[in-house]
Amino acid sequence: MARIDDSRSECVFDDFKGPLTPEQAVIEANRCLYCHDAPCVTACPTAIEIPEFIRKISTGNLKGSAKTILEANIHGMSCARVCPVEVLCVGACVHNHQGVPPIQIGKLQRYATDVAYDQGWRFFEAGAATGKSVALVGAGPASLACAHELRRFGHACTIYDKRAVVGGLNTTGVAPYKMRADRSLDEVEWILGIGGIDVRTGVEVGREPSWAELEEQHDAIFLGFGLGVDTPLDIPGEELSSIYGAVDFIERMKLAKVAVSSVRNAVVIGGGNTALDTVRELLGLGARTVTLLYRGTEAAMSGYAHEWEAARIDGARALWQAQPVEFLGKDRVEGVRCLRVDDDKRPVAGTEFDVEADLVLIAIGQAKLGGLVGALPGLRVDRGRIVVDEHGYCGRPKYWAGGDCANGGKEVVNASAEGKRAARAIHQMLEGADHG
Amino acid sequence: MVDISANCGGIRSPNPFWLASAPPANSGGQIQRAFDHGWGGAVWKTLGQPIQNVSSRFGGIDYRGQRNIGFNNIELITDRPLESNFREIYDTKKKYPKHAIIVSLMVETRDEWRDIIKRSIDAGADGLELNFGCPHGMCERGMGSAVGQEPKVNAEITAWAVEYSTVPVLVKLTPNVANVVPHGLAAQKGGAHGVSLINTIKSIIGVDIETYVPHPLVDGRSTNGGYCGAAVKPIALHMVGALAREPEFKLPISGIGGITNWRDAVEFMLLGSSSVQVCTEVMLRGFRIVEDMIEGLTDYMERKGFATLDDMIGKAVPNFGEWGELDLNFETVAKIDANKCIGCNLCVVACDDGAHQCIHPAAGSRVPVVDESECVGCNLCKIVCPVPDCITMTEVDNGYTRASWNDHVAQGKLLRPKKASH
Repeated sequence: MARIDDSRSECVFDDFKGPLTPEQAVIEANRCLYCHDAPCVTACPTAIEIPEFIRKISTGNLKGSAKTILEANIHGMSCARVCPVEVLCVGACVHNHQGVPPIQIGKLQRYATDVAYDQGWRFFEAGAATGKSVALVGAGPASLACAHELRRFGHACTIYDKRAVVGGLNTTGVAPYKMRADRSLDEVEWILGIGGIDVRTGVEVGREPSWAELEEQHDAIFLGFGLGVDTPLDIPGEELSSIYGAVDFIERMKLAKVAVSSVRNAVVIGGGNTALDTVRELLGLGARTVTLLYRGTEAAMSGYAHEWEAARIDGARALWQAQPVEFLGKDRVEGVRCLRVDDDKRPVAGTEFDVEADLVLIAIGQAKLGGLVGALPGLRVDRGRIVVDEHGYCGRPKYWAGGDCANGGKEVVNASAEGKRAARAIHQMLEGADHG
Repeated sequence: MVDISANCGGIRSPNPFWLASAPPANSGGQIQRAFDHGWGGAVWKTLGQPIQNVSSRFGGIDYRGQRNIGFNNIELITDRPLESNFREIYDTKKKYPKHAIIVSLMVETRDEWRDIIKRSIDAGADGLELNFGCPHGMCERGMGSAVGQEPKVNAEITAWAVEYSTVPVLVKLTPNVANVVPHGLAAQKGGAHGVSLINTIKSIIGVDIETYVPHPLVDGRSTNGGYCGAAVKPIALHMVGALAREPEFKLPISGIGGITNWRDAVEFMLLGSSSVQVCTEVMLRGFRIVEDMIEGLTDYMERKGFATLDDMIGKAVPNFGEWGELDLNFETVAKIDANKCIGCNLCVVACDDGAHQCIHPAAGSRVPVVDESECVGCNLCKIVCPVPDCITMTEVDNGYTRASWNDHVAQGKLLRPKKASH
């Protein structure tokens, strides 16, 4: 698999949440109450048996611990780093109700899975070949989780992705102080290590091969192609240089180089988690000042409060209830003209003000790609998302979907869960076909 | 103002906290530092014919990350020349005239006992403690627990010691017996002024699962040692209590076994101890722990209105009896305080797997529900609950009057219907 070198910009970042030493891990593991029917498990989209894997750390059964994690979530290693645990497992820890610091579940999960990776432990084998073949479109977490599960059942898998690099946003989009691209590629390699997953990069399904050809060649198709390009603001001046989409910029930072150290006034537009990641990334890359520009109030922001808090501690500034209406500058952006907005996010006339900016990143969302398959009969697309049932089935025979292209843009852990869920349904269908 | 000065069998000390005869009481330097920290007395590490010790000597047992909840040793009595010990006893007594120095002794023949007792008293001992308890090494040579396990031998040697001694004699008892009472009575018969218990419990502290050798390791082999530390407290409390409630037994008790803090000390005194001895916690934390012990005991006595230790010693003894005397008609059920419950469901799984299947998860709530018609009031849920006072065992008025098993057998008293026994 294509590797990436250490000269890329993201390599300046260290882990925001560092690893635990073995001693720290055991002390933390021993604090866990080992709840029955634990709220942390319920809060995990992949339902990892958290108290169980933590107990196994406490007894020195690290192999068993890592297996418990990865059995539930094949992306356990990356999820340990990138999950918003504050609002999932850790947020649900019963210790919170007692005013006691919650168990650092993410760090413990990272500890166990890192040891497994370091030791080269593998837990899962491919099932006996069934002769069935499944196509997976997109090489992100949803498809990888789906393919791995399908391999355990013995079905052949082919993953198609139009990019050269595998792992989806886990590789190209995760804030580098959570996980760098090389670690995501380690995980991809580990997952593919089950064998029998053919990864074809640089392939744009729909063109070559066509959907019809894919249907012909495979017994089932999983759609896990995620989201598209950054949504533009569509305001005057957007064509000026030094204005980028945030996702595009992050990908360049993670896989190549971006020049930020001479930036004096960076502005990030948006109020979601990509916007908050971008703010912290720019600060880490050396931008002098970084200002978050958001139409809503701080409370209304869809980005997590704990992420904003961390950005604020890093030195981020914010302009709440500000709506960009025009980018200023000759060739290169020099500023952003804004209007104040009221509590209903409506611009208030006559409140114009300008914000200096020599770099602007727009983080107001990504294109929904449902349109790629919207023309296939039986398959429904709602506001760009592929509509699926509780098993990930799309309504058109052979088609399942999961991850951002179906859920509209959630966490890695959701994508992984949805990929695995679809794999089980696909397997049932394929088995049924055998008996039918 | 409370008075915490102690008197155990005529041995007086400024407080009831004594170092037990063990490594912390191995030398004058250690004991003098201990007294400076506030210890009221010290039982000098057992004197006898000096021996040779092994490396290593100690082992610990951990539980859920808590280091050394139990401890054991295969060390023997003093390995230092008797002359050095006696000289240091003399120096220490001179410097600390109000503190209690009890000299622990272990020799074989009557002549040896006479000789070592005389030399101890000449050096300034306030009392003697006869080591009839050591469960490893020395017992193989016919001393220590080999004596303590034979009431006849115990009484005979005790009588020698009492005959030769001009200071009070305590007999240190071994827990490695089926019933400690006959052994306490043997010491009493021999004329002892008090007993101290428990000595350590015969044990293997653990096994190295990589090399297949038990701990502590001595060049690829090991031997059984004496178990002590916090984990042995329940065994010690029982033995102290068993003697304290024995009508025939009249001697004062110096309590030993898993005492780590003032609370433990209070428990030993409530079950009849006039002084308490500490070793393991000092080995793990140092002499400085006594500051909290003194403060905690003093504060407790003030709170409970005890002016002297005698006011509290033995307070729990009348409440300790036979199972057959317990009221079978007394009924409790568990109540869960929904406001305190953190939803861990540990009570649910404990009751389900380990008790009577009467605590159930509630629909739409993390707070479980107790089926009181099935709850036998066993206490397990309260014990596993991580939140203080969240689960309380509440008395149920079932209309039945008191009836113990003994009452039932002797007088045919009516017992309430059993619960959860279907």
